[in-house]
Amino acid sequence: MSALTLWVDRVVLFRPHLTHNVVIAMAGVVAFLIVATLIGQGLALVKPGKFMDTVNTRINAWWVMAGLLIGTLVLGRRAFIIFMGLVSFLALKEFLSLVPTRRSDHRALFWTYGAIPVQYVALSQGWFGLFIVYIPLYHLLVGPLRLALRQETKGFVSSTTNTHWGMMLTVFCLSHLAYMVTLGEDVNPAGGGPGLVLWLLLLTQLNDVSQFLWGSTLGKRKILPQVSPNKTVVGLLGGVLNTTILGALTAPYLSPFDTFKGALVGFFIGFAGFAGDIVMSSVKRDMGVKDTSDLIPGHGGILDRVDSLTYTAPVVFYIIYFGWL
Amino acid sequence: MLRWLFFAAFVRPLVFLFLGLKVRGYEHLPSRGPALVVANHNSHLDTVVLMSIFPLSSLPDLRAAAAADYWASGGFKAWLAREIIGIVPVVRKHQGARRSAQEVLEPVDSALKAGRIVIFFPEGTRGEPERLQDFKVGLGILAKENPLVPVLPVYLYGLGKALPRGEAMLVPQFVDAFVGEPVHFEGEVGPFVREVQTTIEEMREGAGREEVWQ
Repeated sequence: MSALTLWVDRVVLFRPHLTHNVVIAMAGVVAFLIVATLIGQGLALVKPGKFMDTVNTRINAWWVMAGLLIGTLVLGRRAFIIFMGLVSFLALKEFLSLVPTRRSDHRALFWTYGAIPVQYVALSQGWFGLFIVYIPLYHLLVGPLRLALRQETKGFVSSTTNTHWGMMLTVFCLSHLAYMVTLGEDVNPAGGGPGLVLWLLLLTQLNDVSQFLWGSTLGKRKILPQVSPNKTVVGLLGGVLNTTILGALTAPYLSPFDTFKGALVGFFIGFAGFAGDIVMSSVKRDMGVKDTSDLIPGHGGILDRVDSLTYTAPVVFYIIYFGWL
Repeated sequence: MLRWLFFAAFVRPLVFLFLGLKVRGYEHLPSRGPALVVANHNSHLDTVVLMSIFPLSSLPDLRAAAAADYWASGGFKAWLAREIIGIVPVVRKHQGARRSAQEVLEPVDSALKAGRIVIFFPEGTRGEPERLQDFKVGLGILAKENPLVPVLPVYLYGLGKALPRGEAMLVPQFVDAFVGEPVHFEGEVGPFVREVQTTIEEMREGAGREEVWQ
């Protein structure tokens, strides 16, 4: 045990933006993935088949995602912000490739991508005012103006809504996760910004997994069959229960919340994650696709992976930023 | 050297990272020339994207047939097209007079005979995105002249939306390249051209991606 503490001490010495708890959480994620990989590969040897192949492809993709996340967090806040900017870029590209656009939207779409550097530079500098106002207000006003100047009125309303909503979800909402990393140990003594990021991602992703596991084992009554035939009442409630418990257990180590508040935030994350999931499912239903792309092997597109996060990140961010709890 | 650098350091990152090109059917790519690569044409990007599908080691063999009146005129553009992209200039009209198809395609024919992998857009020009114009006979004439050269049909998706005709700004957009099985010339020029066109149309339908513009 003391060897581990010594090792953690050394990492914290060289990477002072990480706290002890954050380093241990990261090591925990890696250990979890190692165990998952060993079990997955072992089962594939005992019982080879398509199912285990899919599971192992997914685990491998988790290695890449966790590797990128932990790697950039260890490198520093700026590296993580750049990484999230890239995630926003890919997510926006996926969204705009999915929804119909008009030929006359071309230049406006170009400027839509321009929102990504502005948003991420603003948050990296801690300019909360610009961060909060740029996309929801300035882009809301200027985007349609840009389209109006093209004098192509047919399809104008759907075009402005498509581009702006896509930008809100993939750039504005996701950028809250990047903003979290800039918060210091004054806001979150246990884990600082990186701890918050890890905590939120852990809860959001495990909430996805728990909802799936509860739903696929015990779920019977479908909750929204029109949107997502796999979602059940038991899946939602079981997932929320798991995430509430997990929130309570982990909050004191990674977040600024105590056990009780951690449970409450976990409860919110459970529902917010579900909300993000079904909203993106509705988009996919409408567009007639199963996955938003095939960028991540075994998982689908990047939007399939971050759909819950588009809702959980802003929800948790403002609870912390404005100190509501 | 400059050409290699242009593709390795600029074009390929642009194509694979910024646009995120997805290629299906890598196994159909010939490892060496000669070959005639035919694809639908909607964007200036098409040529460099098709060239990026091939490994960098094939670059010395890669050529692209292009209209001389557009690409071989004017200082920088002509230099770029000739030295960097590696075009085979096709003179559509000579001193105002129409030329026979054989005469027009002679440079492409000799490039194939020299063992090059030549990119050829049988529509003759860039059209509206994802709308295929009828292929011209040139493709059939070239294939008939070179019956041993494989004709490689490729369907490109999304590039007309990323950089349409008449726009200068490149907008990121998911793009795909579907590489089909190579075919050899058989029968008559007309039916062969239609057969290749049908192949690419089928690839488009198989891709399930139409209706790009609203």
